[in-house]
Amino acid sequence: MTSDTAPQTETPAASAAASAPPASGHGPATDEIELLSFRVGEHEYSVDIMSVREIRGWTHATSLPHAPDYVRGVINLRGTVLPVIDLARRLGLDAEEPTERNVIIVVDTQGRSVGLRVDAVSDILSLPVDEMRPPPELAADENQSFVRALTIIEGRMVRVLDLNAVMPAGGEVAA
Amino acid sequence: MSDAMQEIRASFFVECEELLESMQDGLETMSQGDTDSETINVVFRAVHSIKGGAGAFGLEELVSFAHIFETALDEVRAGRLDADAEAMRLFFQGGDILQDLVAAARDDAPADEARAGPVREALIAIVGEEAAAGEEDDGGFAPMTVSLDLGDLGGDPAEDGSQDVAEPPEGTAEPPGVPGSAPELDADEHAFRIRFTPTPELYQSGNEPLFLFRALQDLGRLHVICEAADLPPLADYSADDMLLGWELRLITNADQPQIDEIFEFVDGLCTLSIEEVAASEIEFPDPDPPAGPAGPPPPSAPDPAPPPVDAAPAPAANGPDTAASAGANDPAESAPSAGNVVPLPPASPPPAPPRGGSGGVGGGGGAGGPAPARATVRVDLERIDRLVNLVGELVINQAMLSQSVAEAGLSSNTQVSSGLDEFLQLTRDIQESVMMIRAQPVKSLFQRMARIVRESSGDVGKTVRFVTEGEATEIDKTVIERLADPLTHMIRNAVDHGLENTEDRVTAGKTAEGVITLSAAHRSGRVVIEVADDGGGINRAKVKSIAETKGLIQPDQALSDSEIDNLLFLPGFSTASEVSNLSGRGVGMDVVKSAISSLGGRITITSTPGAGTTFSISLPLTLAVLDGMVVRVAGETLVMPLNTIGETLTLDEDDVRPLGPETQVVRVRDAFVPLLDLGAELGYRVPIDDYTGAIVLLISQEDGAGAALVVDSIEDQRQVVIKGMQDSYGRVPGVAAATILGDGQIALILDPADLVANASGRSRPPTAPMPTPAMTATG
Repeated sequence: MTSDTAPQTETPAASAAASAPPASGHGPATDEIELLSFRVGEHEYSVDIMSVREIRGWTHATSLPHAPDYVRGVINLRGTVLPVIDLARRLGLDAEEPTERNVIIVVDTQGRSVGLRVDAVSDILSLPVDEMRPPPELAADENQSFVRALTIIEGRMVRVLDLNAVMPAGGEVAA
Repeated sequence: MSDAMQEIRASFFVECEELLESMQDGLETMSQGDTDSETINVVFRAVHSIKGGAGAFGLEELVSFAHIFETALDEVRAGRLDADAEAMRLFFQGGDILQDLVAAARDDAPADEARAGPVREALIAIVGEEAAAGEEDDGGFAPMTVSLDLGDLGGDPAEDGSQDVAEPPEGTAEPPGVPGSAPELDADEHAFRIRFTPTPELYQSGNEPLFLFRALQDLGRLHVICEAADLPPLADYSADDMLLGWELRLITNADQPQIDEIFEFVDGLCTLSIEEVAASEIEFPDPDPPAGPAGPPPPSAPDPAPPPVDAAPAPAANGPDTAASAGANDPAESAPSAGNVVPLPPASPPPAPPRGGSGGVGGGGGAGGPAPARATVRVDLERIDRLVNLVGELVINQAMLSQSVAEAGLSSNTQVSSGLDEFLQLTRDIQESVMMIRAQPVKSLFQRMARIVRESSGDVGKTVRFVTEGEATEIDKTVIERLADPLTHMIRNAVDHGLENTEDRVTAGKTAEGVITLSAAHRSGRVVIEVADDGGGINRAKVKSIAETKGLIQPDQALSDSEIDNLLFLPGFSTASEVSNLSGRGVGMDVVKSAISSLGGRITITSTPGAGTTFSISLPLTLAVLDGMVVRVAGETLVMPLNTIGETLTLDEDDVRPLGPETQVVRVRDAFVPLLDLGAELGYRVPIDDYTGAIVLLISQEDGAGAALVVDSIEDQRQVVIKGMQDSYGRVPGVAAATILGDGQIALILDPADLVANASGRSRPPTAPMPTPAMTATG
């Protein structure tokens, strides 16, 4: 973990593009994947950076009645109503009440936008696709279905989230 | 089919809508006895344009029906057929069928031959077999055209009915070869042949050949032939090149100096030769119109081959220009899907406005031309919605700004504050103007209702006169669309139940013909639409007994007249003793009422026995904003739509009665309504144990039943911008939408009907009483 990035509003995609190695180098560039890694409690997770729209600081979310507990509510993202998922609760981890230091990662998946409340953003990782390993089958771990792949960077294990699994079931959030 | 073709097709159907509308208008005017040629022409042109366009897309069925219809109209125009009531009824049916066929063609659905067949037969019958079979030749490509209505051009061509004067020029133009004959000269008339080829400078200096030709026209009979032989293929064409010349044949009793005078100002700007010739040397065309110079018109911008005189001014610019005025035929300008375009108000310029084509050149006849068309643009609905959204943002932003200025404690006479006031005013104006863009006249809706009246009155065998008022009243397009179903139902009801049978009417001393009035008007920031019939009024005794039989009310329950009337809105209520074809399909006025209230509207009934019933719908002007009451519950800010709130009150000790172990009711005058703790219903807190002093909102529901919702405090009453949540999250029970408040926070807009339907009814804590949360129980 390099540093705890303070809440920032600019999209990391821009800086990532600037620092990324030129695509012409060794081997096809498409074999590289860039991940945005972040911290949820004591664990490190990441998502494909292409699905990240922006990162913003925590703001109070208006809670939704009859919503699952991992849905923190909705926030105003420049005039659109954005649902926010508490990733810790979603992943079955201990969730503390959100603080000013938390951030919301706005991701796009399946044509919908959703905010993920995480503790802090850590790093942008660039690694070859073939270093991604499928997670081992462990039926007991509820958490597992949210993880698409695993990889090891500098001795740390990084989990790559399956965003579709994380999304709340659309339209069927009945009480 | 290519995308481009799809777009053109889509814009054709949009155009059809407008054409059908102007056709309906024309028929309406005709049925009022006004059968002057211009009115008939409007109808004729509309039908003809549809036929032309349909031909281009190979919509055979549409073409063939339009053709028969058009032929019948032409008979009327030529005076061979009387537009009596019988014929008018047929024409209205024809219009309906045409509408169906257009819809069928648009949706690629098969046409309903069972309906179209009889009308087609009837139309053929009145025009005679021969005429109908006559020109069945343009099933193939036929460019959409405006009618070449030359009826009042110089030559006084008595219209020859067998010739379809508006027939588009088939294929190419060969004007000089127009079959014709030498004109006959009166004693003091001379024939002139004028060759006129303008140079580019003529146009640059602001001259306009059209005016010259008009001036010539004033002198006598004029025939204009455009010499377009030099015209290169379109691809090679430069708009600056002047490649057209004209040969003008004039028969006049004026002399050459008078002709010279006309060309005086363009002397040197053109090559001109004027020679007097013998009448036998020039040919005048037959009275039907000479085909104007028209290159093969690209289907994308159907060039309405204009009458020769009009073709004169700048044929170079004519194509695109006319297309633009014809309502953006240019595919690039029109939206991709037919259903997605809102024609800006005024909504219905005839899409092929005859630029002088019908106005008559040289003041010929009192045709008057079409009403001066105001300039309109057609805009993709999505763009407007985006604008509406942005303005919504602006409003929120402005509110945030006001709030922070207030928090900064600036006095109200600082420049910042006064500037902010102006900003507020401007924001309101902008918001209003933007909302107006989405607004459309209710006319199209009313025309659909006219059809419903025609059809349903035919089905039940009543004669009904349908009167509309305030057709120009504008409402949000979405409201209009979603109003169609409930209105249809109400109109059918009025015909079926509202009006008595003809015999009963006569017995009651009324006219045999029933009258149904549909009116729209703006009233204090809302639109009021009324459906009134002059029937027998509501039979209250019958309504009450039915409601009793169906167990909707208690027997012997004392009800006021208006309470009885409102029983009609109860679910499952239907007064029709037998299920007729029209109404009584199990969907009743309750469906209408819920449809109206989902639009933020209210519906009321007034009925006078023997004199009729009036249903009055009051609607908001737009769906984008809503009047709401801002309330706080358990620390959350919520918005309750104002139109659902009957009243608010503070509960006294003995207002609340227990119903079950966990449920309570509130006594409101003579009724008991369930008490719902909003905080508990929404899962924000457990129910509190004592509601004395609590503030409740009394909700009046569609089915007449109400509910009392407990809130902590009422904050404000204001307009809020509605933000849908369906797309971003999905449906939340009890929540209709969200809005953004002045502080940038999101507040949920509640859906009381849904809340009550899903209510647990639990208004008492299941366990030991909890500490009462702080409640601001103001009076």
